[in-house]
Amino acid sequence: MTTSPRRGAARAGVALASTLLVASTLSGCGVFGSPDLVIYNAQHEQLLDELVPLFEEDSGLDVELRNGKDLEMANQIVEEGTDSPADVFLTENSPAMSIVDNAGLFTELPGSATESIPEQYVPSDRMWTGFLARSTVAMYNTDSMTEADMPASILDFAKPEWKGRVAFSPTGADFQAIVSAVLALEGEQATADWLAGLKENGEIVQNNLVVMQSVDSGEVDAGIAYSYYWYRDRAENGSDSDGSALHFFGDQDPGAFLSVSGAGILASSEHQDAAEEFVTWLTGTEAQQAMAESYALEYPLNPAAKLNPAVKPFDELEPPQVDVAGLNGPQVTDLMTAAGLL
Amino acid sequence: MALLALVPLGYVATYVLIIGPGDLWDLVARPRIAELLRNTVTLAAACMSASVVLGVALAVVVERTDLPGRRLWHGLLVAPLAVPAFVNGYAWISLDRSVHGFGGAFLVVTLSYYPLVYLPVVAMLRRLDPALEESAWSLGHSRARTFRTVVLPQLRPALLGGALLVGLHLLAEFGALSLLRFPTFTTAIYDQYGSTFNGAAATAMAGVLVLLCLFLLLAELRLRGDRRYARVGRGAARASVPVELGRWRAPALAALAAVVVLAIGVPAFSLLRWLAVGTSTEFPMAELTRALVATIVLALAGAVVTTLAAVPVVWLAVRHRGVASTVIERSTYVANALPGIVVGLALVVASLRLVPVVYQTAGLLVAAYAILFLPRAVVTVRAGLEQAPAVLDDVSHSLGVGPLATARRVTLPLIAPSLGAGAALVFLAISTELTATLMLSPIGTRTLATEFWSASSELRYGAAAPYALLLVLVSIPATLLLMRSDSPATQTERVPV
Repeated sequence: MTTSPRRGAARAGVALASTLLVASTLSGCGVFGSPDLVIYNAQHEQLLDELVPLFEEDSGLDVELRNGKDLEMANQIVEEGTDSPADVFLTENSPAMSIVDNAGLFTELPGSATESIPEQYVPSDRMWTGFLARSTVAMYNTDSMTEADMPASILDFAKPEWKGRVAFSPTGADFQAIVSAVLALEGEQATADWLAGLKENGEIVQNNLVVMQSVDSGEVDAGIAYSYYWYRDRAENGSDSDGSALHFFGDQDPGAFLSVSGAGILASSEHQDAAEEFVTWLTGTEAQQAMAESYALEYPLNPAAKLNPAVKPFDELEPPQVDVAGLNGPQVTDLMTAAGLL
Repeated sequence: MALLALVPLGYVATYVLIIGPGDLWDLVARPRIAELLRNTVTLAAACMSASVVLGVALAVVVERTDLPGRRLWHGLLVAPLAVPAFVNGYAWISLDRSVHGFGGAFLVVTLSYYPLVYLPVVAMLRRLDPALEESAWSLGHSRARTFRTVVLPQLRPALLGGALLVGLHLLAEFGALSLLRFPTFTTAIYDQYGSTFNGAAATAMAGVLVLLCLFLLLAELRLRGDRRYARVGRGAARASVPVELGRWRAPALAALAAVVVLAIGVPAFSLLRWLAVGTSTEFPMAELTRALVATIVLALAGAVVTTLAAVPVVWLAVRHRGVASTVIERSTYVANALPGIVVGLALVVASLRLVPVVYQTAGLLVAAYAILFLPRAVVTVRAGLEQAPAVLDDVSHSLGVGPLATARRVTLPLIAPSLGAGAALVFLAISTELTATLMLSPIGTRTLATEFWSASSELRYGAAAPYALLLVLVSIPATLLLMRSDSPATQTERVPV
């Protein structure tokens, strides 16, 4: 008997196909029964792990969380299109919401879901809503620096005197949201110049936690991140924050940018009622207060929720006016690629 | 299957054509690429050289001197293979934050990969016939000169092969270099992927990375050249007269101990310390179990698919030798040089463009494993099939047994052990795979490697420790297999039946 190459290949193909089938069936079996609500969650997993049981108890609904990262999940939903199993999408930062919104995949939220959120954190067409905010901040090492040494604007970190002294994490969705705010406020050329200066000056690290650690250990004098990382570490044991302090930019500087975590309902969802119930609950006082009291230390957007007083009060922040729906993710990554940061 | 193995290459080539020369040039001829190229090439050159020096020096000391406890030292020197490089990177940087950048990457990667040179050199030293060296001595050459002129040239294939492996591993390394903050093409592709998903810039970088890998493969082939290392008659692989260390004994022992402490002691200490004192931990049994089960299911599926896919490739190569079958077999080896990051990216893009239904399925991840680890299965299965004489099939046929029954009753039992060994190797490799798993695992599926990664990259070092420990435990059997296949018994030439 001779086996032709074609036959061998065909046999391998069949074997592969059948095993793929088995494997994908196996993976599908991870879920027992079908949930009442599927949430694609790109917010911190730990936070939603705390919140969802509260909602399940209140509503009697069974929720399945699928966790991922902002851009990964946004692109995943766009690829899945109207077949997406997702009912609700939650992000850390709003550019990922815009990706799904621009693909026309969200449906308008009911008034109940947005009534307790200040209008500047909800796009005018109500395709999604903000539910948490995080403030951009500069951390500085308290051994080598004082508050007075810190610049008035985040744009100053691009100046030559900061060479080798500032840490940031260009690959994270957080920093990219900050860049999108700079882009919206200062325009393309100024953003490109700023990025080029940061590339020249900066110590590039993997994420905001490493930014904090680098500042705290004195490896660099300052770092760009969101404030909650520092407050969380302080609340836990301060091991990565006891040698550093926060510098909030004022005066509507781009460095005072408030990044909004968004929640939206997919138009293709077959569980519209449950999805509306969840988003309404998420922006309501109970859930917002639960988030305020959680480990997260991000700003709840419902004014009725009271955050830990150790955190700089929300109404003392001086964020710039940015259209929440207008932050451009793709242009940011193009600019960052051009600057050699990606 | 061989076609599937070529998907990543095909993807890079096609995409490069789609991007078009003008845009491609813009994406490649930019300062960032130059910076990555400099980083990647200098680190590769440094680690390959250091691994060669370290590998040869250690092998000679262990194999050719009267060092006390040589077997024990041999085991200890191979042991770093059981610590995946990204776990080693975690161990170092969680102990000492100053271990980063070029210096840190050089230290950690060299300590992780020098056994890839050490092992084949040891094997080669054991197989050499000392008669050649003895002839040289009798002609008045010193031991040192004999080593240089007689032994070293014979070690050349082992050295080149080992250095090639170090280079390919380094080009593919993502986890360790990301933790140690030394950007190379692999880490930069992952960053681009995280930000732009399937953007052109990532593909352009993947193209450069693939060229680097192919360059290494060709350089090794070229350097190895067509020199002959064989001799007439098999010679006798008896033990050489050991060099008496004399007053060099203490320094030699100290040097070996230093290597072992750095390569095994530090990671072990760090791991145990985080297991014991990690503040961010109570032992999360449920999550550990879930990750372990997911890892085992994926690795089993991957091992079965990969081994089955290897069978037709090997069958053609062994039983139907010809140009076409050789090309098919060799094409799977090209995949051996493809980093997981390129395979991952290729499958993300290819599946989204061509068969979106398979995107985010475990099946796609299993296909990636098959592409990545097919060469390992092919090598093992091939050894088995070569020892199963075709004449037995003919005998079976002549007795009136049909081809299928012959395969089941004659060939299969003969090659079953090699199928098992191949599957085991692939299983172990998949269990510790990080890069492609990060990119392709369905949302919600967590393996030991991805759980370890998410904890350690969020600096939850204590929480990462149990996963790190499991990853090391999973790697131990593969390391033992490697050590065994290296023992002189299995290395002697196979006598044709």
